[in-house]
Amino acid sequence: MGFVLLAVIWLITLISTYFFIAKTWWLPAGASAAAASIDHQFAVTFVLMGVIFVAAQMALGYLVWRYRANGSTGRASYSHGNTKLEIIWTTLTIILFVGLNLIGSPIWAAERFRPAVGDATRVEVTGMQFAWYFRYPGPDGKFGTTRPELVDPSSGGEAALGLDPKDPASKDDIVTGIMEVPVNREVEVILRAHDVIHSFFVPAMRFKQDAVPGLAIHMHFTPTDVGSYEIACAELCGLGHYKMHGILKVVSQSEFDEWIAAHEADKQQQQ
Amino acid sequence: MATLSPTIPAQVPATSRGDRGNRPPIAGGGDGGRPDPGLPDYSGRLRRARLGLGIALTPILMLFVSFTSAYVVRQGLPTLDPTTNQVVHDWLPVQLPTALFLINTVVLLASSVTVEFARRQFARKVALEPLQSIPGVSLGADKDFPWLGVTIVLGIGFLTGQWLAWRELRASGFFVATGPSSSFVYLLTGTHAVHLLGGVLALLVAGSTVVLHRSLVSRRIVVDVTAWYWHFMALLWIYILALLELAH
Amino acid sequence: MVAQEFHGHAAPQGFIRKYVFSLDHKVIGMQYYFLALTAVFVGMFLSLLMRIHLIWPSASLPLIGEIKPETYLSLLTMHGTIMVFFVLTTAPQSGFGNYFLPIQIGAPDMAFPVLNMLSFWTTFVAYLVMLSAFFVVGGAPLHGWTGYAPLSALPSSGPGEGLGADLWIISIALFCIASLMGALNFITTTLDMRAKGMTLMRMPLTCWSWFITAILGLLAFGVLLSAGILLLMDRNFGTSFFVPLGTVNGQLTGHKGGSPLLWQHLFWFFGHPEVYIAILPGMGVASQVLSTFSRKPIFGYKAMVYAMLAIGLLGFMVWGHHMFMSGMSPYSAFAFSVMTMAIGVPSAIKTFNWLGTLWGGRIRLSSPMLFAIGFVSLFVSGGISGPFLAQPVLDIQLHDTYFVPAHFHLIMGVAAIFGIFAATYYWFPKMFGRMMNETLACWHFWFSFIGTYAIFMPMHYLGMAGHPRRYSQLTEVSYLKPLMPLQKFITYAAFVTIAGQLIFLWNLFSSMRSGKKATDNPWEATTLEWTTTTPPPHDNFGGHTPVVHHGPYEYGVPGAPRDYVMQNDPATVATH
Repeated sequence: MGFVLLAVIWLITLISTYFFIAKTWWLPAGASAAAASIDHQFAVTFVLMGVIFVAAQMALGYLVWRYRANGSTGRASYSHGNTKLEIIWTTLTIILFVGLNLIGSPIWAAERFRPAVGDATRVEVTGMQFAWYFRYPGPDGKFGTTRPELVDPSSGGEAALGLDPKDPASKDDIVTGIMEVPVNREVEVILRAHDVIHSFFVPAMRFKQDAVPGLAIHMHFTPTDVGSYEIACAELCGLGHYKMHGILKVVSQSEFDEWIAAHEADKQQQQ
Repeated sequence: MATLSPTIPAQVPATSRGDRGNRPPIAGGGDGGRPDPGLPDYSGRLRRARLGLGIALTPILMLFVSFTSAYVVRQGLPTLDPTTNQVVHDWLPVQLPTALFLINTVVLLASSVTVEFARRQFARKVALEPLQSIPGVSLGADKDFPWLGVTIVLGIGFLTGQWLAWRELRASGFFVATGPSSSFVYLLTGTHAVHLLGGVLALLVAGSTVVLHRSLVSRRIVVDVTAWYWHFMALLWIYILALLELAH
Repeated sequence: MVAQEFHGHAAPQGFIRKYVFSLDHKVIGMQYYFLALTAVFVGMFLSLLMRIHLIWPSASLPLIGEIKPETYLSLLTMHGTIMVFFVLTTAPQSGFGNYFLPIQIGAPDMAFPVLNMLSFWTTFVAYLVMLSAFFVVGGAPLHGWTGYAPLSALPSSGPGEGLGADLWIISIALFCIASLMGALNFITTTLDMRAKGMTLMRMPLTCWSWFITAILGLLAFGVLLSAGILLLMDRNFGTSFFVPLGTVNGQLTGHKGGSPLLWQHLFWFFGHPEVYIAILPGMGVASQVLSTFSRKPIFGYKAMVYAMLAIGLLGFMVWGHHMFMSGMSPYSAFAFSVMTMAIGVPSAIKTFNWLGTLWGGRIRLSSPMLFAIGFVSLFVSGGISGPFLAQPVLDIQLHDTYFVPAHFHLIMGVAAIFGIFAATYYWFPKMFGRMMNETLACWHFWFSFIGTYAIFMPMHYLGMAGHPRRYSQLTEVSYLKPLMPLQKFITYAAFVTIAGQLIFLWNLFSSMRSGKKATDNPWEATTLEWTTTTPPPHDNFGGHTPVVHHGPYEYGVPGAPRDYVMQNDPATVATH
């Protein structure tokens, strides 16, 4: 029994560790400027925690086999502990855990402690049951007013956000169902929600932020690879939570400018 | 007033305590001195009841600490006004029925005094009960004064006064949902009132000698514990009043 | 006279006073235990339906029909709520704690037996109210056990958010009150009713764990109660504590100015100590069983006590780590994350000490020991994922993905459960006077140990790949498609593991009826419950109060006649 226990514990440990090392199911390829440092912090944490995981489980398996009572009449070694050992491993653990946290902190600070740069591409991201809407401020650089009483999700677009047509700043606002941004430029997202808490999550960008009703949360990230990336809602928001997804398209600056211009032209025509 | 009994050194044979026998045998232990921890005598029961009360007051305190932190947070909370895209503070100070609150405070403090007299009265009654047959032994001039009854009346008076205060609030247009500030007024005063009502009911139980056949000792313990609870409720009320009046 | 009022030595007569409204802590403990037992099977059934729906979303089940996305979310909400409250906060603490705390400290009962009885029946009513949410119009709520506002505050935000959500809140409020009553009893009993010689530092670690858990509950449940009151007011009285100005489906909600983050702060201020409430008693039992079955004192008794105290204290300072992505200040996030890493330290110390206890032992692999060893393994596995989530920069990627359920299920949903199993197999002989069947117990262990690893280890990989949690169906977000095989594997593992629990159920009830008769001390253990008869008499010690002379884990004492010295053994034993 002791040996079976050792074998099972060791096997479970080795099999689980294998899949972490082989990265069979893993982070998608990073496509943002922050991805490299975040992934590096992941790697450091995995190595350190992995060593502890394997060592602790293997020790457990070994000890239950090695010290099994197998008919020998001897007694266990009578010991109430070892204070010196306690102090040593406590100190080492503190250094490891706190140290790990401190190495990762500068990355957190870089991502979250500073506001977006002045010439970032600004996109207002609004979550509502159960869709994402994206609003660009247009040439005037200003977001028009929205009013909750004007919100009408069934009409889509401007009406879904409750855009106030009387506000002159609203005239050039572009509202889309797909988020398109230029590559290699910082994107400032202003996260809002109408009804309940949603969360804007783009795994490839290593970016996530809750969209909270009553708040307008400013965050930023910098996409570095052209492509289409799926946006998933990452905060339980009701029965449609599982299908509240969107698309983030990262394109070249010129393509982005054309896209915006095309939308602006459409708006002019409508007016 | 009973205190926690001192520990009595017990002759305990040296055995391991994780210190390799370097320290002298431990003194005391559980309740050294009492014959049976499960069925203590009167002073043990009183002590245990008071200990229980002290512990019970902690979650009540946490409840109000929690409400206070919600109050403070909410008061300072800027909220996004989507029409102007500005963050605004929407805390509208409530016109408090201060006069009524102050009257109620006086009533409650008076009841605190009377419940303290009741507490001491019961303590004396229990202490002197075995000696009552001795001529000349007196339980004090106020031995029959219904301090307990007066407290109950004052307590009900306070609760009625709170009800009147709520009526005045409503007359001024401040209902539960009028605004965050008014919500908190009802919440804090209402929760306090519920707890005080509990105290009133406990005193009623203690005072109902005929109906419940409880011994004098048991009733003394109930009155003692409820009296301390009552004092706590009085202090809590002063705190709530101060919070509402000064931090609005 | 006094004996009648203060529940003294007289045993009650009559079925109702003996088994229904009993004041005897042993009966009350069992009542709690069996409540938790029914709750865990309800909770497992809900999770079974969830797992089936995830991989066969359009399947139509007998009697239940097709599970709609909102129904999945109700199953999820009720699964979490029932498991956290009515299983993990009930069985380890109110179940075993009620039964064994008085006996282990040498007391004849809890300090306030009437309050004890009331606390059980309040819990029972809370349980019925919780279950009733399934049967009202709209059904059970879908907002998750965490009940984030405004989803939980707006009846219009989804089906089940009407009356179902109100019942959910009321049930939790009742549960808070019941737990506070229980905490009061545990703390007073531990402080005031220890037998002569039973100093705090001679208490078994189980008693320490129940004591510290009770203190955590005392401080935390009041805050949850306050949050529940505020939420009920938002839902029913038009207040706006948690709900800002907004619309649901184009309709103004009628609220303004509230803060959704306020709910999160209040909830998690309770919620984090709650998870330590769920695990600490399991740690106490693990220490108790590991020591008993290694025939060795626990390694570092004092350190174990201090570690539990540290976990309790730090547990109140880390709640913000649930809110890194919530919109909370990133500076607060940094502070919370440092505290969270700190709380990993006492847990690590405890793990080292468990390993130290095994080292040099004479290990007997009886059923309680298997589950205690399993506890250590699962606690390590679940604990290791903690430092990932504790770092906000990694939490950006992992928050609200399957990595989180992987972490908390391994610790709460398995390790803590293994603590309950270890306690059951360990104390069954004392409670029922019979031994459980060791062969069936072994099977139960293997099914559970391998099965739960098979269920929850893969969830880490899902989380790394970005798979969000609480998704009723995996058919929409396209990057989830390659992860379906893993989800299928998890569901099949769940089938097998849940089936294995039936072995336990069978063993439990058949052993109660016809298990081999147990002696007073079948495990040759040292703590006071093993000094009395099996099962214990009404006043626990048959009229005399024990006097304690030794610490709780005197195994393998050189020079002693047997390889264990019971706590009340008056013989002087030399130590080194």
